Amino acid sequence: MPHPDTWLCVRPEGLYCRPGEFYIDPLVAVERAIITHAHADHARSGHQAVLATAETLAIMDVRMGEGRSGVSQQVLVPGEVVEMGGVRVWVQPAGHVLGSAQVAMEFAGSRAVVSGDYKRAADPTCAPFVPIACDVFVTEATFALPIFVHPPAIGEARKLIASVALFPERSHVVGCYALGKAQRLIALLREAGWDAPIYLHGALMPLCAAYERLGVRLGALRAATGEARERLAGAIVLAPPSAIADRWARRLADPVTCLASGWMTVRQRARAKGVELPLVISDHADWPELLQTLDDVGAPEVWVTHGAEEALLHAIALSGRKGRALRLLGYGDDGLEEAA
Amino acid sequence: MIAFAELLDRLTLTPGRLAKIALLRRFFETEADPDRGWALAALTGELSFTAAKAGLIRQVAEARVDPLLLGLSYDFVGDLAETVALIWPARTEAAPPSVTEIVATLRSRPKGELPGVLSSWLDGSGPNVRYALLKLITGSLRVGASARLAKTALAEFAAAHGQVVAPDDVEEVWHGLSPPYAALWDWLEGRTGAPDAAGAPVFRPPMLAHPLEAGDLAALEASAFAAEWKWDGIRVQLVRAPGGERIFSRGAEDVSGAFPDLAGVLPADAVLDGELLVVRDGVVAPFADLQQRLNRKSAAAKIVAAFPLRVRLYDILFDGAEDLRALPFVARRARLEAWLARHPSGRMDLSALIAFGSVEELVAIRAGTRAASIEGLMLKRLDSPYVPGRPRGLWWKWKRDPLTIDAVVMYAQRGHGKRSSFYSDYTFGLWREDGELVPVGKAYSGFTDEELVRLDRWIRNHTTRAYGPVREVERGLVLEVAFDAAQYSGRHKSGVALRFPRVARLRWDKPFEEADRLETLVRMIEG
Repeated sequence: MPHPDTWLCVRPEGLYCRPGEFYIDPLVAVERAIITHAHADHARSGHQAVLATAETLAIMDVRMGEGRSGVSQQVLVPGEVVEMGGVRVWVQPAGHVLGSAQVAMEFAGSRAVVSGDYKRAADPTCAPFVPIACDVFVTEATFALPIFVHPPAIGEARKLIASVALFPERSHVVGCYALGKAQRLIALLREAGWDAPIYLHGALMPLCAAYERLGVRLGALRAATGEARERLAGAIVLAPPSAIADRWARRLADPVTCLASGWMTVRQRARAKGVELPLVISDHADWPELLQTLDDVGAPEVWVTHGAEEALLHAIALSGRKGRALRLLGYGDDGLEEAA
Repeated sequence: MIAFAELLDRLTLTPGRLAKIALLRRFFETEADPDRGWALAALTGELSFTAAKAGLIRQVAEARVDPLLLGLSYDFVGDLAETVALIWPARTEAAPPSVTEIVATLRSRPKGELPGVLSSWLDGSGPNVRYALLKLITGSLRVGASARLAKTALAEFAAAHGQVVAPDDVEEVWHGLSPPYAALWDWLEGRTGAPDAAGAPVFRPPMLAHPLEAGDLAALEASAFAAEWKWDGIRVQLVRAPGGERIFSRGAEDVSGAFPDLAGVLPADAVLDGELLVVRDGVVAPFADLQQRLNRKSAAAKIVAAFPLRVRLYDILFDGAEDLRALPFVARRARLEAWLARHPSGRMDLSALIAFGSVEELVAIRAGTRAASIEGLMLKRLDSPYVPGRPRGLWWKWKRDPLTIDAVVMYAQRGHGKRSSFYSDYTFGLWREDGELVPVGKAYSGFTDEELVRLDRWIRNHTTRAYGPVREVERGLVLEVAFDAAQYSGRHKSGVALRFPRVARLRWDKPFEEADRLETLVRMIEG
């Protein structure tokens, strides 16, 4: 039985399945691409054929314009197998953002799973991660240091609401990435009892509307741009991380600058960005979740894509598994670092 | 300890003064005794533990965590206490210690038991509490909240209990109190009167001067004022009382330890106000010399000998137990002179009064201060009582006219708090002989809000490179920079640094090639 490294390899364009003749999350336009999720560093435009979940394709349409993701689109339904060049391919939810999926591949008796980005913590805006037993598991390593133990996200939402109570005359502006983080934070705030309208920077509105169309209820949302300053006192305002301490934020009422990101675990990161209220809310698996996932999938061999590979490879070796760094370039940039 | 850890996190990241006061006040209102008192002591720098050092933290961490992972994590975080706080493997069987328990344990347990005690505390705590705990026991809280801010919050806390207490009232009793401050809370919550300092060497809030503006000068009545030189040292308060002696900084910090050569400087009980200077053969040395003696917890003999100190006295607040602050300046001055005559000292002298007959004469005297390397004049109303704070019209500081240079903006950085969306801090440079522009200083004040908006726009439109928060800009904007003095310094590539630089004018009109040359500035260095 051929080892997956004979049929799954790293090319300059990205991770490539040779017999299936497709790439997974390629960095440039290719003939055939399977896209794990719609974040910009994984979902590029201009492919010939694009295969992804219905949600991911819908979100790519919103971000790129309808039909710009590729010449043809094919919906992958979780759990349904597609055959490509003798490779059995199917997807399962990755729990990262709405539509995010792991790609499972079976060829000549061996099985590899590419997780894409994933997390294990509960998220009301997307389907939870489904572990798939495999021979080779390809994992991300964004937060692969034992210092990263994300607290329950609902507690971070409550912290934000408590701060609004302490400073009712100020706006709370929360930097959060437009796809996934913003909608999850809104859903968490609703869960924590915040029923008031939530104000949005213009850049967040199309994706919130897309989530609603895809069946994720977010409650009352308003545009922050053009709203009177007095109305924004005591309000929660969501904006891209780049806007929270820049000119756009001057329209707000003496804002408390908040940032929702896994990086906010480290105080120095918060301080350096001038963040007054860090909220540790992450789309990615933390250290215990990464290790738990390796146990759950039971793969004797783990390939690590991007992030803090060294620490994770060390832990993989300690657990008696075989580890390998893929050194895929191009992920985790594109402004995502601050938003993870 | 959980509430204290939250408070520390919030104080560290909150830029606004009012917001910090609100956070502190809420903490004092919600936290129980004696924890809030011990927390207050930690915040105001009154607690120090000697047994717990960074080495202890490393030791307990290495016993629990894989050393390679600890090392990689430390490389990422860059702070040992924070790394260990985050990486410590969670256990939930115990509860976190209270601040009171931490203080009592560290004071009573032998050093050899510390690793075990610390490990069990860390086991019982979440990451934020672990961080606060590690910072607390190593004495490095640094939360950006001064002791003065805490006292202001205490005054507001008292107001919420219907008590009229000013921050200065807290200041006056502060150094006679000890943690966990039961008498303080009783007073602030209205159960008892103000605590009696009873012979303790406490700090008295100092009287400060207003800068003299052109309009104030026109209204100045020469015969009602005394004049002194404005000394370029640091303000100190010398206190001796039955309970001991202290040297306080202007900000109420006990700085006695830094100046062992001033131990026992007061031969009798008194509270004196004066300027700390380095004086050699009767001549006041430049401020740069005094800087060698500042910001040290203790002083080596070599430094003490090389930079001899003198306190130049200008006021007396207490003579023995007698409070003189209600007396007019002239009367206090006579008491000060009499006191020094009774207790002559080589380490103290009098700040001389300058004779003058008219405002015109004062103007002429001030005009000569730069040539005499003196910072300016102090004008004090002869009938002024000693009033804490900065009452208007009683004391004036009248600095010599600043020097100015026309400099070219080289870099800009964003401000803090309300200014965090503006590029409001400017590094400026002058032309060196070889045609290179070299930085000489940084300024972030002296312009209006409207001017700031225009400056911010200019910076954004003329950025050539960004280094993190710093933007390098095209040459093109000239600032007229006012400053009090120039001195040689290794801080900048130019070898020169400025004292009190600020923007005097925006020279949109001036071609950048015509900005000043470095040699012009070098010629302005005194001495």
